[in-house]
Amino acid sequence: MIAVHTDRLADLVALYAEYAACIDEERFDDWPGFFTEDCVYRVVPRENHEAGYPLATISLKGTAGLRDRVYGMTSTLFHAPYYQRHIVSLPRIVGNEEGAIRVEANYLVLRTKRDEPSEVFNTGRYIDRVVETGGGLRFREKLCVFDSELIPNSLIYPI
Amino acid sequence: MSTQTAAAGNPSTLADIWPEPGASRIPARVYTSPEVYARELERIFYGRHWSYVGLAAEVPEPGSFKRTSIGERSVIMIRNRRGEINVLENRCAHRAMRFCKEKFGKAKTLVCPYHQWNYSHDGKLLGVPFQRGVKGNGGMPEDFRLEDHGLPRLKVATRNGVVFASFAQDVEPLEDYIGPAVLAYFDRTFDGRELVVQGYSRQRIPGNWKLMMENIKDPYHPGLLHTWFVTFGLWRADNRSRLIMDERGRHACMISQRSETIDPDVTKGVTSYRRNMTLHDTSLLDIVVEPWWNGPTVCMTTIFPSVILQQQVNSLSTRQIIPAGPDSFDFVWTHFGFADDTPDMAARRMHQANLFGPGGLVSADDGEVIELSQDGFRQDQAFSTLCELGGTAVENTEHMVTETLIRGMYRYWREVMDL
Repeated sequence: MIAVHTDRLADLVALYAEYAACIDEERFDDWPGFFTEDCVYRVVPRENHEAGYPLATISLKGTAGLRDRVYGMTSTLFHAPYYQRHIVSLPRIVGNEEGAIRVEANYLVLRTKRDEPSEVFNTGRYIDRVVETGGGLRFREKLCVFDSELIPNSLIYPI
Repeated sequence: MSTQTAAAGNPSTLADIWPEPGASRIPARVYTSPEVYARELERIFYGRHWSYVGLAAEVPEPGSFKRTSIGERSVIMIRNRRGEINVLENRCAHRAMRFCKEKFGKAKTLVCPYHQWNYSHDGKLLGVPFQRGVKGNGGMPEDFRLEDHGLPRLKVATRNGVVFASFAQDVEPLEDYIGPAVLAYFDRTFDGRELVVQGYSRQRIPGNWKLMMENIKDPYHPGLLHTWFVTFGLWRADNRSRLIMDERGRHACMISQRSETIDPDVTKGVTSYRRNMTLHDTSLLDIVVEPWWNGPTVCMTTIFPSVILQQQVNSLSTRQIIPAGPDSFDFVWTHFGFADDTPDMAARRMHQANLFGPGGLVSADDGEVIELSQDGFRQDQAFSTLCELGGTAVENTEHMVTETLIRGMYRYWREVMDL
């Protein structure tokens, strides 16, 4: 078990709670603000992650890549509208390295399409590197490694 | 699934599915009817057609296997000790167990866990426990012969690392099936170079499987639906293009070359065109011309009924269609590169993959529109689609303002379905 100061744990809990709220409330323009400028953000099928294959469902480099994705999903991609609801477990600190904290958390994303009952959309594990910046904690790397064997049609919004 | 019973019990309902001649008005029930679907499984997926099962690179060593499906039948692609690739039905000869559950693996023999019936890489039954009984009691009958109870072994053809299989032992050779015109483009990507798998994407699309074939035989939509294609010239009506089919119209290639300039006619009134759109991360459009392209920046090939072969600039994939009832299919993307790719090229292929797959900037919406088409067919079973862009003929063209490839597929479909 990694020794961690309770203040630091409280900061991480707040980071994950704010991150989920930002996405669920569709404040997508604020989403890149949770990341460092040189970040990596990837949504990856578990089979690729475990087999060491490089393919991701979404793979973005830097906040520039995140902003392009926001433009894509809000302005250019056609899709039936849906709500997302993230249920995120308490963050688990798994290590420290090069000034970053390695953090993991389980997530469950429910999707609710118009006129439809809610459904499990995507479930998996965040594998993150979090760093302290002048403005608070940010994700230097965020991998969303999902168990879900089939994406129910499409995956538009961030996880 | 009880589709086969439904078809057998209700043959008369099929006769009036498609009363009009031609292939340009496709009735809704072609996409919704369980009877039509049951006949498609029998005549198309389990009949004299070749279905994609995978890349030889996915089963690199003796005993390496991959589980996949042809139609709704589960099959195992496995390499034997001589290096040959077999495709075996995943169904034990004893009690029908679909015993292989792993998607990939390596096995000395294939063993059904229920009663430990044991099969070779060639599907031969090697032995069954207690065949001769125990202490003179029980056992298999005298006339039980191991060789009568193997796993069904499909006809297999491998061309330059791509593996196809058929349940029909008398299917024509793969090269004749694809035909010379489409085969030339198949060989353009798959010319014998060693392939490297880069990973998988899997999605379930709630629409009829043929709608995905249509989507990749429809050069009309990419420059309209897909902002990224039209804005960055990756697919646009002013691009130099060709549409070709095999003689029977079932397979096709959409071939196009990215424009450096833009014809104002093709963006006028097109709301998806964004003149001022720029990327923050321009590396997404870091396209490097490869010598084997010989010009075209895109070649989308449909091999009826089960696979789409994608070259979109530097991004390469096979996209397998696995039907699951008349109103749903699984869509499996296998991205790949070549063993001699530089690390930069391998990374570039992966970066451009952001455009494709279930989250892709130009592919996520293809699944969405297919779902909505299926919804429309369901609500109005008397409806027929209008598929008459470029007329009603089935012909190769030197432009993309036509739906001729879709008509080609349905002309063939009517023939093989006898509808």
